Amino acid sequence: MTDFLELVVAKYNYWIYITLMMIGLYAIIAKNNLVKKILGMNIFQTAIILFYVSTGVKEGATIPILEHAHGPAHGAETHAIHAADYMNPLPHVLMLTAIVVGVATLGVALALALRVYRHYNTLEEDEILAQIRKK
Amino acid sequence: MTDTIVSIKPLLAVLASLLVTPILASSRSANVREAWTFAAAGVKFLLVVSMLPTILKGTEIVYTVVEFLPGAAIQFRVDSFGMLFALVSSSLWIVTSAYSIGYMRGLKEHSQSRYFVFFAFALSATVGVAFSANLITLYLFYEMLSLATYPLVTHHQDEEARRSGRKYLLYIMGTSIGFVLPAMLICYDLSGTLEFGRQGFLAGTGAGRTLTAVLLILLVFGFAKAAIMPFHSWLPAAMVAPTPVSALLHAVAVVKVGVFSVVRVITGVFGTELLLSFNLNWILLVATSATILIGSLIALSQDNLKRLLAFSTIAQLSYVVLGVSLLSPKGMTGGMLHIAMHAFGKITLFFCAGAIFVATGRKNISEMIGIGKRMPVTMGAFFIASLSITGLPPCGGFWSKWYLLLGSLEAQQMAVVVVLLASSLLNAAYFMPIVYKAFFCRPEESLFENKVEEAPAFCVVPLVITAIISVVLLFYPQPFLRLADMTVSRIVGI
Amino acid sequence: MSQQYPALVVVVPLLSAFLISPAGWANKRLCFPIALVALAMATGSAVGLLFRVMNEGVIVYRLAGWDPPWGISYYVDHLNALVLVVVAVVALANLIPAKKSIEREFPDNQGAFYTLYILMVTGLLGIVVTGDAFNLYVLLEIAALTGYGLLAMGEGGRAPLATLNYLYMGTIGACFYLLGVGYLYIMTGSLNMVDIAGLLPSIYESKAVVAAFIICMVGVWLKMAFFPLHAWLPNSYTYASSPASSLIAPLATKVMIYVMIRLILTVFTPDFTFITLSISKAVVWLAVVAIVMGAFLALKERSLKKMLTYIIVAEVGYMVGGAWLGNRAGMTGAILHIANDALMTLCVFLAVGNIVYRTKGHHFENLQGLFKKMPFTMGGFVIGAVSIIGVPPTCGFFSKWYLITGAIQSGQYHFMVALLFSSLVSVVLFFRVIEISYYEPFSDHHGHGHDHHTTPMEEAPLSMVIPLLIVAAGLILVGLYTGDIVEHIISFAVPEGLV
Repeated sequence: MTDFLELVVAKYNYWIYITLMMIGLYAIIAKNNLVKKILGMNIFQTAIILFYVSTGVKEGATIPILEHAHGPAHGAETHAIHAADYMNPLPHVLMLTAIVVGVATLGVALALALRVYRHYNTLEEDEILAQIRKK
Repeated sequence: MTDTIVSIKPLLAVLASLLVTPILASSRSANVREAWTFAAAGVKFLLVVSMLPTILKGTEIVYTVVEFLPGAAIQFRVDSFGMLFALVSSSLWIVTSAYSIGYMRGLKEHSQSRYFVFFAFALSATVGVAFSANLITLYLFYEMLSLATYPLVTHHQDEEARRSGRKYLLYIMGTSIGFVLPAMLICYDLSGTLEFGRQGFLAGTGAGRTLTAVLLILLVFGFAKAAIMPFHSWLPAAMVAPTPVSALLHAVAVVKVGVFSVVRVITGVFGTELLLSFNLNWILLVATSATILIGSLIALSQDNLKRLLAFSTIAQLSYVVLGVSLLSPKGMTGGMLHIAMHAFGKITLFFCAGAIFVATGRKNISEMIGIGKRMPVTMGAFFIASLSITGLPPCGGFWSKWYLLLGSLEAQQMAVVVVLLASSLLNAAYFMPIVYKAFFCRPEESLFENKVEEAPAFCVVPLVITAIISVVLLFYPQPFLRLADMTVSRIVGI
Repeated sequence: MSQQYPALVVVVPLLSAFLISPAGWANKRLCFPIALVALAMATGSAVGLLFRVMNEGVIVYRLAGWDPPWGISYYVDHLNALVLVVVAVVALANLIPAKKSIEREFPDNQGAFYTLYILMVTGLLGIVVTGDAFNLYVLLEIAALTGYGLLAMGEGGRAPLATLNYLYMGTIGACFYLLGVGYLYIMTGSLNMVDIAGLLPSIYESKAVVAAFIICMVGVWLKMAFFPLHAWLPNSYTYASSPASSLIAPLATKVMIYVMIRLILTVFTPDFTFITLSISKAVVWLAVVAIVMGAFLALKERSLKKMLTYIIVAEVGYMVGGAWLGNRAGMTGAILHIANDALMTLCVFLAVGNIVYRTKGHHFENLQGLFKKMPFTMGGFVIGAVSIIGVPPTCGFFSKWYLITGAIQSGQYHFMVALLFSSLVSVVLFFRVIEISYYEPFSDHHGHGHDHHTTPMEEAPLSMVIPLLIVAAGLILVGLYTGDIVEHIISFAVPEGLV
């Protein structure tokens, strides 16, 4: 039992992401309202983004933005950059892309939901299905 | 090793009718269309005949179109057996074209262009099967034939045609996809090639008895066009087609493609030695004997003339396979010869049935009492053809039956002798009454007046021609007998 | 110029999409020519690339000159050169008949449609040509989002609803893929596919790598509609407009099959996939279920278009099963089937497009008497149907050949039975359609006696019929040339180690 708790505590960040993902999935599947489904999808994506970013974390490191990075242009000496002091910037960069993708997806999804609303006058999935069956 | 020469003639023979189809489809004038049909038939026949001298000398003609795998290519090989079948089908196409014209015009049928177009396709496929060098080419043309004949069988487009069309497809494509395809691929996996060998390409691959038996069953019953029971029901159902379709396709092209393929499978895929060593030919003997007897018995009970002829065909086809399954030289010769003899005889019978329908509108035998007075030429031809099918002189069918009997004695299969004799009796039993009632009935019973009123000339002339050929074949069974002999000698290795 | 083909094939369509959008706003008639030129150039580059690869071997193209693994590189070998050509050709062949449909269905929105069309093709081409795992995710989403846009521009309310469902599942799938790549990044520190492949063997046994593989696979299976993750496909493709569905149906799932094969062969190498992981037999069983269920579900449909979408589900089963058989014949069959299925699906969907154009519907009732009214369209349809059934010499027969041979050689006969079963069910499915178009409404007449009044021919316009016939002829040609294709291209795409 203690082993398991140790596992949970040590990797608590991963457990959070998994929980978030499951919440997102649950929302997509179980919720009736289209907007809630879309939000669930967004939560799912966000969980993955957080996961990626957390993989770049190092003990005792700071955010990957360089201080005094401008070199001889000011006449000041160049500092040697100790990579160990900074977190891995690559996941951050990748996730910027992923965030943009997520936003675009959200936009498309909401546009589609709007069109559905214009046609069926409701955003609840069960009512929409009932309308379709009646046709 | 036999000499081979490379020539594009086989491909041309196959394409001759295909290339004409756009013209057939689009011509506005029926006469132009018919003229082109005859032209294509003539060209095809001449191409086939032009290859005959080479074949008779013992040389084979080869042509590869495209190869997609080592050992599996679209390849033509004209050998004596293929030549035999090609001669039969291409010569009979000319005759059938003439008959079709008479029949379709006589009944003012619809969609005649479509009919002639798909007829041309079907003949291309038939010649393709005849000249196939390996199993995959055979399969290709076999499938092409199935698809090309579907519009022909279902020509009338009514409810009955629809049902029959479904049955046709189910039996024919179901078996070819479900049985032949896996068997073919397993054979390829075992032996690395699909080319028909002198002694079968499966020989020497180390396949065990059970596997060989399974493959044999799959391949023989898979070619359901041979109508071996229990995959025979499509044939009577296909009789809804117009009679020229029944005549050419179901007496000559489609069903003969079936038995041709089965014979190729027996000789080229398995080989006589392999089958004898595993003692597997009894499966075929039993299946074909059963088909012969049951088919003939059912034919006895039929009133509709075409259905009777259909069941007779089912039985006669199994003669071919029976002869070859005997695996004795005379038996195989007899089986192969029967392809030709039966073709000429049966097509005459179908032509007669169609002529009767065009002239009088009758389909059932019970309505044809005394018809000999009205259509003596037609019924005369019918009589001659039925003699041929029964195997009596003075008709060519006598030769094939004779060889079959000798062959079964040679193979020491006495049961087969009994089957052959019994079935000949049955043949006589269902044909002779028709002829007798047509000619020799009391004047009060006759349903027709005494004046002679035949079907149009385009219908009658072809059937007279084929009847005469049936007689001629008794006295001069060449080149068919020679070709069959050559094939068997090559197989047996003399 | 030929050195730049890998980049051109993606960049030209991308830039032209930015041209089309304002051009469409200015004058609607400009869109089509720009799109046509762009796709033609893309096709030319793809074909040129294929020949280069056949002559020189694998090509690595460094974007902006950065060396991998720091920069993004495009990696072109025989496998994706072939798929590249297929995607480009299908997109081009579909654009020409699409013009009339677009004019009729979206007269005011043409600029938007063409832009989305070209962007989607960009995305698909990019997925195929890239050699970087994360870049693939980006392009995947480009293709997906534009696809959603295209599919939603359809009939009434059902199209956006079905597309929304597709959106959820597609996004989940892409996110799974992203997660898997994340795991790979953690374990290897690299995002370049070839680089990862080099770093992985030492850590094959690690649970994270196994997890990465499985998560990537599930994501990819979601996006390719592998049963039971297929539920989004039928509705979204059926309710979409004809030009959209005939672009997306042949391509979207096949490109995902390519991604799966790329993962199996290049990133995770066959050693890992078939030997270290022992799930291949289970996956083949899943494929069998996919094929059988696809067949069954197709049988009960009364809409031609929906029936075809279930056939797509079954075809995906063919390819997944073939790839996971684990032998050369099976993999060859799967790769060959990517090309063949794309062409066959294009052929039948183009035919359906023509039918919808003339009869305004795609249900079985709309098909009556079509052989008389639209003989050329139905002719093309029959050839496509015959190819899906698997009759020589059409291409469909040959991919079945390889797949069945693969099944026989690896002893997994259930796969062979499933393939044969699917062929037989296809016979029933397609001949049901052919029957309706052939017989009705003549079933009340009998055949003898009089000639029917000839129904006037009402074919679709030439610009829609000719591409269909060309594609149908292509099915036969590709079938006849299978030997060359396999020998010169696919045999190099399958690694030598695979027997």
